[in-house]
Amino acid sequence: MTTQSPLLDAMSIRKRFGGFVALDAVDIAIRPGERVGLIGPNGSGKSTLVNCLSGAISSDTGTIRFDGRAIERLPAHQRTRLGIVRTFQIPLPFTSMTVIGNLTIPLRFAARHHAVGGTTNDVEQALLILEDVGLRDKAHEPSAGLTQVELRKLELARAVAARPKLLIADETMAGLSNSEVDEIILLLFKLNEQGIAIIMIEHIMRAVMAFSQRAIVLVAGKKIADDTTDVVINNAEVVRAYLGE
Amino acid sequence: MRRIPSWIWPVLVALFILALSRVVKNEYYMFAGYVVLQYIVLASAWNILGGYSGYVNFGSAAFFGIGAYGAVVLDKLWQPPLVVAIVFGGIVASLVGLVTAYLTLRLRGVFFAIATLALAIVLQTLVMNWDFVGGPLGYYSVRPDSIAGFPSYVNYLFVIMLGLALIAVLVARAIELSFIGRGLAAIRDNELAAECCGVPTLRLKVFATMVSGGLMGMAGAPFPYYITYLDPNSAFSLAYGINSIAMPLIGGMTHWIGPVIGAVLLAVIQQVATVTISSELNLMIVGVLLISFITLAPNGIVGLFERYRQKRQRRLST
Repeated sequence: MTTQSPLLDAMSIRKRFGGFVALDAVDIAIRPGERVGLIGPNGSGKSTLVNCLSGAISSDTGTIRFDGRAIERLPAHQRTRLGIVRTFQIPLPFTSMTVIGNLTIPLRFAARHHAVGGTTNDVEQALLILEDVGLRDKAHEPSAGLTQVELRKLELARAVAARPKLLIADETMAGLSNSEVDEIILLLFKLNEQGIAIIMIEHIMRAVMAFSQRAIVLVAGKKIADDTTDVVINNAEVVRAYLGE
Repeated sequence: MRRIPSWIWPVLVALFILALSRVVKNEYYMFAGYVVLQYIVLASAWNILGGYSGYVNFGSAAFFGIGAYGAVVLDKLWQPPLVVAIVFGGIVASLVGLVTAYLTLRLRGVFFAIATLALAIVLQTLVMNWDFVGGPLGYYSVRPDSIAGFPSYVNYLFVIMLGLALIAVLVARAIELSFIGRGLAAIRDNELAAECCGVPTLRLKVFATMVSGGLMGMAGAPFPYYITYLDPNSAFSLAYGINSIAMPLIGGMTHWIGPVIGAVLLAVIQQVATVTISSELNLMIVGVLLISFITLAPNGIVGLFERYRQKRQRRLST
């Protein structure tokens, strides 16, 4: 571990839904530019953690610092503007808009003050991003007509348009074919090379192993492991949680 | 040559109608036209919240009634010029919009609609029990015989409402084309995704509710002078709520011209039915038209037109 100060530093995050404890004092820290896998069985609290970090729901207790600022009280759109951007497990495109129209929303509302690529023109920036994810030739088609893998790419492109420092990719590959999974992994590597730290939430272990430098394991709302991927995969507790006794 | 900006068309149409109102002698046309114009304001205002952001407001009557009774209060106190009453009605209605927004915008879908419907009923009950403005007995407003520069008082009211309709259409158009309109459209498509794309959803919704309510309040302010006898039942009539939803729906909700088309169509039919058959039929006409449009043309007349244009473009390109 380096001594570099973390980009995201969340401490003892708790979230209860009625009598059910979804998150029980979870700590998570991400360094700038890092690639982290967040894994765990269904119902272990991964999505709840994503929601708490991105501001879709607020945590009951705990502190979240991002880029040196306390953000646990900020609404989701302000966290997006600061640079925590998430994608959704089930793609949520703006269906009344074209593909490029989807991107102009974060470009206009989140990324206004940090234009990239030497252009401040929303359309040009959107086209550059679509080029990156391979949707350039679909730019002016209605987003409602995209295929499943294209929707995942649009979801990522829209997140990139918000100019994230930390991208939380919530099961971007669920339901995709092997070759499509590879495509998305390559895409995430490309984004990471641009300096974006990425948390990948995924059930496809192959993808997690190929992509992440570090893995965090949640089981029943508790963090049970947080180490390099090879160490985590051999951790007795993790094996037990996944495979049973 | 520079392209003619499209806001010029509503202005030209308004000027043309203004010129017509100087020529037409029959006062009935002013009287009926006033109602059509009033519905252009209500439908355009409703569409700013309901059409652009997808929050269905069933309580247009509440904001309209606030404007009307705001004018009554001023009339009892010091009888200011009508323009003052309009500004007053707009401000009070948009403040009520602000409070309503904070109380109800956490509700979605049908729950928001019910909450706004309740607002109209609560306000009607309050006014019913407020003796200063006449309570259930209503209020007779004495209107001046004439206004300098206008052939008659009804003509004056008509011109005022024409001005308000123009303002409402231009405001709706400006919002639609601005980044606020883009943000509202994102909210309509998916509010959670919009928020996570950096759209300040709550602030935009509150803004839309205030502008929408304010315009409705302005439309209500001249109403006591128009009908001369105002009672709570006519000021808070459910017909306003239903018509201001039906008109954008029939005309098309994604373009500012939609509510205008819907308002002209529906209000003219209603006016004709009122004089030829009976005003009892009005709500039934709305119902029949609504059902046919929802089943046959869910995107309204504007939607039909756009589908036709796309088809033709595709044919031309192949």
